[in-house]
Order: sequence, then structure tokens, then C-alpha cells
Amino acid sequence: MIIGAPKETFEGEARVAMTPDSALQLQKLGHSCVIETGAGAAAGFSDDAYATAGVEVVKTAAALWKAADVIVKVRPPSDTEAKRLSADKTLISFFYPAANEKLMKSLAKKGSSVIAMDMVPRISRAQKMDALSSMANIAGYRAVIEAGNNFGRFFTGQVTAAGKVPPAKVLVVGAGVAGLAAIGTSTSLGAITYAFDVRPEVAEQIESMGAEFVFLEFDDSELPDGAETGGYAPPSSPEFQAKQLEKFREIAPDIDIVITTALIPNRAAPLLWTKDMVEMMKPGSVIIDLAAEKGGNCELTVMDEKIVSDNGVTIIGYTDFPSQMAAQSSTLYSTNIRHMLADLTPEKDGVIVHDMDDDVIRGATVAHASEVTFPPPPPKVAAIAVQKKEPIKELTADEKRALETAAFKKQTKTQVGLLAAGGALLLAIGLVAPASFMQHFIVFVLSVFVGFQVIWNVSHSLHTPLMAVTNAISSIIILGALTQIGSTSGIVVVLGALAVFMTGINIFGGFLVTRRMLAMFQKS
Amino acid sequence: MEYGFTTAAYVVAAVLFILSLGGLSGQESAKRAVWYGIVGMALAVFATLIGPGSGYWALSIILIAAGGAIGYQLATKVQMTQMPELVAAMHSLVGLAAVFVGFNADIELTRVLAMDDTAKKGLEGFAALLAKKSSVEVSILRVELVLGIFIGAVTFTGSVIAYGKLAGRVDTSATKLPGGHMLNAGAAALSVLFAIMYFNGGGMFMLVLVTLLALFIGYHLIMGIGGADMPVVVSMLNSYSGWAAAAIGFSLGNDLLIVVGALVGSSGAILSYIMCKAMNRSFISVILGGFGGPAGEQMAVEGEQIAIEADGVAAALNDADSIVIIPGYGMAVAQAQQTVSELVRKLRAKGKNVRFAIHPVAGRLPGHMNVLLAEAKVPYDIVLEMDEINDDFPETDVAIVIGSNDIVNPAAQDDPNSPIAGMPVLECWKAKQVFVSKRGQGTGYSGIENPLFFKENTRMFYGDAKQSLDKLLPMID
Repeated sequence: MIIGAPKETFEGEARVAMTPDSALQLQKLGHSCVIETGAGAAAGFSDDAYATAGVEVVKTAAALWKAADVIVKVRPPSDTEAKRLSADKTLISFFYPAANEKLMKSLAKKGSSVIAMDMVPRISRAQKMDALSSMANIAGYRAVIEAGNNFGRFFTGQVTAAGKVPPAKVLVVGAGVAGLAAIGTSTSLGAITYAFDVRPEVAEQIESMGAEFVFLEFDDSELPDGAETGGYAPPSSPEFQAKQLEKFREIAPDIDIVITTALIPNRAAPLLWTKDMVEMMKPGSVIIDLAAEKGGNCELTVMDEKIVSDNGVTIIGYTDFPSQMAAQSSTLYSTNIRHMLADLTPEKDGVIVHDMDDDVIRGATVAHASEVTFPPPPPKVAAIAVQKKEPIKELTADEKRALETAAFKKQTKTQVGLLAAGGALLLAIGLVAPASFMQHFIVFVLSVFVGFQVIWNVSHSLHTPLMAVTNAISSIIILGALTQIGSTSGIVVVLGALAVFMTGINIFGGFLVTRRMLAMFQKS
Repeated sequence: MEYGFTTAAYVVAAVLFILSLGGLSGQESAKRAVWYGIVGMALAVFATLIGPGSGYWALSIILIAAGGAIGYQLATKVQMTQMPELVAAMHSLVGLAAVFVGFNADIELTRVLAMDDTAKKGLEGFAALLAKKSSVEVSILRVELVLGIFIGAVTFTGSVIAYGKLAGRVDTSATKLPGGHMLNAGAAALSVLFAIMYFNGGGMFMLVLVTLLALFIGYHLIMGIGGADMPVVVSMLNSYSGWAAAAIGFSLGNDLLIVVGALVGSSGAILSYIMCKAMNRSFISVILGGFGGPAGEQMAVEGEQIAIEADGVAAALNDADSIVIIPGYGMAVAQAQQTVSELVRKLRAKGKNVRFAIHPVAGRLPGHMNVLLAEAKVPYDIVLEMDEINDDFPETDVAIVIGSNDIVNPAAQDDPNSPIAGMPVLECWKAKQVFVSKRGQGTGYSGIENPLFFKENTRMFYGDAKQSLDKLLPMID
């Protein structure tokens, strides 16, 4: 099949759905690639680079749409593009089927197949094609950079000859992919970072990224379960929301930078940062609203614009953060696309198999075989489940001491018990056995005791040498053979001689190999 | 007078042997300790030759020298990967020697008991000792003899089979004759019966029957145990060879044999215990073979195994600061230890913190991995035990698993229904990234699916360990 990537027509879109690297990988799957001239220019990929990677560069968009069997794109198709998508072709791009219902229906009627990258189900197998996560990751990073650009102070605290600089305080609301990326970037720049999410199970992830989780005192049963909604945060109850806003109001005066990323699937973004909170903030503070496209988490956000509030707080509602980092986002997006095509080409022979029984392909396909296939049935595999953890109880010093004493007492008991039992057994044997036997028996018992004491101290790494050396010394049985070899009976001499011979092998072999091994152990 | 000297020499030898084992607590003191063992053995043999074993001493020396020559050859030629085989083979020799010495003692005993008093007075050496025994003592002697021969015979065939399995000459999977453990139990019951008949004067024939049954038990017992349980088997045989020597020591009235036998026996027993504990299985369950059935439905494994090529692994290693390598039997099979060592040397030269994590049952012999790595000139102070390193995984950038499977299976901790639930494992999945070098998709010895391979931070580096690492090596810069 021929895979083609046109130049994005949406104004300001710098990304491209195919890079020279991804083209090379696509060719390994048996496909050939075409690209419209200048498609990668804004993302820093020249036509020459594509040509070197074996991609055919065509002059016009029309020619590309004609040549390619599968069109890969970033943005949903424009009307012109939709017209060019003929019945036998497949389109892979972001599509937002819920918002573009008319377009979806018309394409389905025509008979084209459409795979929406934003509909890839959130199951672990599909993570490699999860373009929303790739883009969210970039948006989160870029949000911090953008905030820094508009923030007049350092992120990290410093003590300089010219005075002390306090560290910036950053609050990230919503710890999804974008939120976590923002937390990571912010902490690595040295800011004190707080994070909030309605799903308590992400607290661990937040803390692992170096931020502090903003806790709400709330009953567990009232909390939403993220697993039921495919890993997204579900809408929360009014009481919960009230408590949440109250908490934000409490910390708002201290926060220098707010990054909001809270989204609820198929709904307007929840309002989390109200006008009065903005008014409480210090002049020069910055708010980056990554939910601007869905109405914004901040009351004052204007989509795609940067505004400054009356009290000097900058509020940024840009929605094109991934496009601002086109080189990075094109690389990741084209890799997501490449993985999708790899799943569509199971035999790696350049033949696309649109397998509607596959959870991932079924979920992402919105139009196929002249039918609208949106919304998809729920995937067979559930999203990553919430890990409910039993809290580990911290023991107090007294409890610890009590435990230790109990353990010590138990140890003493078993030890005394064993000694008593062993002693009694020994005495019992002594009652019946003759003295000559007892002499040897005492030696035996003592030796076992010494053996146990000594062997416990042997280092684990020397267990093989230990076996070799015990092997050599267990050949002490040679002494028996040596005393017997002087017998007047022929068969005794022969058996004795054999035993001497075999133990001879063992003694020399065992000791020498032990020495050889030990000589190898060297300190650095 | 000579006998007094012999006894004194035995005491010194016993002390030297104890010091020799005690010295193995550290790598440096071990190098000295092995000399204690050698001197102790030389002293014991010398004292015996000039004392009670003076008859035919020229023959004895020739035989020792001949055996020594073979032993020297074996010890200098053996590959470190073949250590388990060598150890098993040497156990079989001890077992067989114990059987021979036991039989000799019985023959001598029969001969001496048939003599009259005047003839007894003319006896020398071992026979003279037997002549002095009372009838109770003779009965005890017979019990000791049967024990020594029985354990020796089990050790002999068991070790031969263990050798065969380790050397790949016998099928390594657990195989049992029809009847399974009942057959073993039957054979054991029969041998007790024959032993009792022997005590009551049944004569040599009964002793031979007991021996044959013991040989069968040894064979059948070890045939029923699979490859990865070999560390326990070899330790157990080690222990048996010691108990056999101790039993023979009782019958010969030789204290040094008793002391050494007891030392070796307890050493093997402790090793077996450590191995069993590392697998969270009882000694009995290992010996009876096979894993217990799952306690319930096991957790389904989600996700997929994602493969990676050498360049991806190299890139991650070049970026990493701390690296932990977890070797297993697969590394020994692929003879990859030299390449691993070279890789470690290169990474360390770049200032990275590279360490090894060794699970107690990695490989086919206790401490097997340590010896292999030592042979490949990996410094021993970066080779750590499970308990020493398990807490460090969360701070580790890259963990590389080379040819291990069950010892890094998170199901042991996460899935209470897994057959290996509760087994201590190396928590490598807590590292930021895990690479697993493995020949192909397949389960380990226990036949359990390993969720580690499906984790998000795990990448599968398929192929023969040595070839994969050879490919990787030039990409580290």
C-alpha cells in the first residue's frame, strides 16, 4: 500500500504525520511512502531528508491524495480534503467524531474508512499508539516553559550575593499525562510543586514525580473510581467540588503559577479556578489553562489568547502547545501512526487488514465499509484498574519493643526446647548403648553442632567452593580404606584399593578446583 | 605408641578442617583456609599410613598418586560452567567408596567372628579392633554398617543421575517410573526388612540386597527431580556423602571420620535449607518433585511482550547511571559470562554504577553464578546477594535480566494463587527500565507465565544471550 502524508492545511499547524524516520519503519512493513512537498518544513524535516529516506515527494496536495491508499494526517480533514478522500481510501488522523458527526457520516456514506487517533482505547496494549497521551505529554512540558516565559522570576530558589530569591510555587491541577509531564518539568526546574487530582490513587504517581499531593479530607466511598471511565476522572459530586474550591481558595494567595489540565470526557471542562481566586493571586503570577479548548478550567480564560487580569495575572489559553514544538510532536505522533499501521499490517507484507475484531482497531475506527462505527462497543479488556492499597500501619515504639520482646521470648523458648529435647535424647541413648559407642556418639553430636555454627557464617558467594572443599574432605573415608587395605583377604584388598583410588581422585580434584575457584575471586 | 601419634594427628587434622570451613566466610580468608584443609588431609593420610594402615602402604601411595593425577587433570581442565557436573561426579565417588569400605568391614567382621581366641590375638590393624568387640557392640556395628552402605549407595546412584542431568546426558525433566513415590517407599520398606534380617545373621547376601535397593532409590529419587531444583539436590547429596562418611566412621571406630562426616553432613544440610527457603518450598516438596498445583485461579496477565533491538538497549545503557544485572542459568548455558564481564568493564569505565544481583537458587549449584562471574574477572564486591540489593531497585535506571525467569517473577508477590507465591524474588520491575535477554517467548522451569515480561517498563531482548550481548557490546561508547 502507499501511505501518504499531505501538508496540514489548518492555519498555524506545524506538525506532520510522517517523518523520515517513521517512513523508514513503514517501508519495513512493506509499504511505500509519499509526501507533499514542504509538508515537514515547519517541523524541521526537509524534502531532501524525506527523499533520502526513500519517500517520494509529490508537488501538489491533489496529486498526493490521488496517489496514496492510506492518508495519514494530524488535524481532521477540511471540506476540500474530505472530498478528495475517495471510497477505496483510508484516513488516519485526529477526528473528534463526536464533534464532527456530519463529516463522519458523509465519509462513511462514501465508503471510505476513517481511523480516529483520538479514539484509540486506553488499554495497555494500545499505549504505543495513544497519540492523545503523546500530545498531552508535550503540552504539559510546554505549559511549564510557557509559564516560565511569562513569569518574571526564577523557578528555583537561590541565595546570591545580591540577595535571596525564593523558589516559585507551582500548582498543577489534574494529574493526567499532561499534568504529570508538567509536574516533572516544573520540579526539574526547581520550583516547589503541588498537584491536585480527584482520583486519590494517583497520589503515588504525583509523589514519585517529586510534587506534593494536595489532600482533601473526604470519605473514601464518595470518591469517584477512575477505572470505570477508562482511566479518566469522572465528574464529581457537588459537595466534593465545593470542598475542592475551598481548598484552592486557601492556597491561591501563595501560588505563583497555576497549570490546569482537568478534562472530563464528552463534557465541558470543569470550572476549578474562579475569578476570585485569580484576584487573590499576586501580580505577575501566571495561569496556563490547558483545558481552554473545552471552555477552560479558569473562569477568565479566553481560548487561544493571552490576557492579563486587572490585578496583573497573566492567563494563557493557547491550544496549540504541541504544534509549537512541532519537531518533537511530529516525531511522537508519526511513531503512534506507525504503530497503528503496524497493527493494521499483521503480516508485514504491505497489505492492510482492517480487522474489526481487534479491540484497538475496532475502537479507533469511526467509519468503515460504508457504515458509521462510532461509538464503539466497550473494549473487552478493562482499563488499567485502580490499585486499592491497604494502608500500612506504622508501629509505635512501644509496639515495636513488645514485638521484639515477644520474638526474643519465642526464640528463647524454641532454643531451650530444642536443647532439652536433644539432651534428653542423648541421655536416653546413653542408658542403653555401650560406653564405646557413646564415646563416638558424643564426638558426632559435637561435630554436628560445630558444623552448624561454622557453616552459617559461610558467605553465599562461596557456596560453590564450599561444596568443592567439603567434597574433598568427605574423602576422609580414605582413612577407612587405608586401614583395610592391609587385610589378608583378597577381596578386601581389591575393594579397599578401589576406594583409595577413588578418594584419591576426589581429594586432589576437590582441593585443586577449590583453589582455582578462590583464585578467581578478585576485588575491584 | 604409633597409635598415640595417630590420634594426636587426627585431632590436629579435625581442627584444621573446621578452620578450613570457617575460613570460607570471606573471599580473602578462604584462600588461606583451603590450605588448612590440604594440610589437614595430608596429615591425616600420613598418620594413617604410618599407623594403622601400614600394610601395603606402597600400594596405597601409588593408588593415591594415580587418583591424584586424574583429580589434577579434572580440576585444571574443568570449565566453570561445568562445576555442577564435577561436584555431582565427585559425590558419586565418595558414595561408592563408602559402599566399598562398608562391605570390607562386613567381610572382615565375618572373618574375625569365625576365628577362635588364639587366632584373634594374632590379628593386626582393623581386624584386631573388631576382635575386641562384645556382642552388643557387634550388633551396633552392623547397624552402622548398613546405614553407611545404604546412604553411600543412595549417594552414588543419585549423584550419577544428577551428573547425567547436569551434563545434559539424561533428560532433565522430572521423570518417574509408574508407581512414583510408592515405589520408593516400597523399596525403603524392603531394605529395612532385609537390614533386620542381616542384623539377625542373614549374612552378606542380605547386605547386597539392601545395597541394590538403595541404588534403585537413589536413581529413582533423582530422576523425579527437574533441572532447576538441582541446587537442592546437589546440596542434599553433599550432605548424604557426609553422613555416609560419619556412619562408616562409627563402624570403623574412627573419630576423624565421624567429625569430618558430621561437618560435611551439616554443611550440606544447611545449604539445602538455604536453597529451599529461597524457593519458599519445603525440603520434602522439592525431593518429592514438582511444584504444587495452583491454589486457585491465577491472575490473567495483561499487555504484551514488547521486543527491542540491540541499539535500543545500548541507548538506554549509555544514558543510565546505575545498572543492575541479574544473571541466571541461561547465562551459563550460553557461556555469556565473558561478554557480560566485558560489558560491565566498559560501563564501569564510563563511571556508571554497575552491580550484579544474585538469587540464591540462580544456576544449578549454590553459588554457581558467583563462580562464573569470578572466572570472567568480575570483581566480587559488585556481586551482591538478593537481600543486599533488593531495596536498591527503585533507584536503579536499568535492570538487565540475563537468562533468569522464575527468580524475577512478580507473581510470587502479587498473586497469592501462583504456584510460586511467597517465593522471595528479585524485585527488578521496580527499576526504571528492565531488559530481559531471553531465547524466545516461553515460560520458565516452573511453567508459570511471568508478568514481568508484560510490564510497561520491560523490553524483551530476544536471542541467544551471548550473541545478543556481542551485538550490544560495540554500541556502548
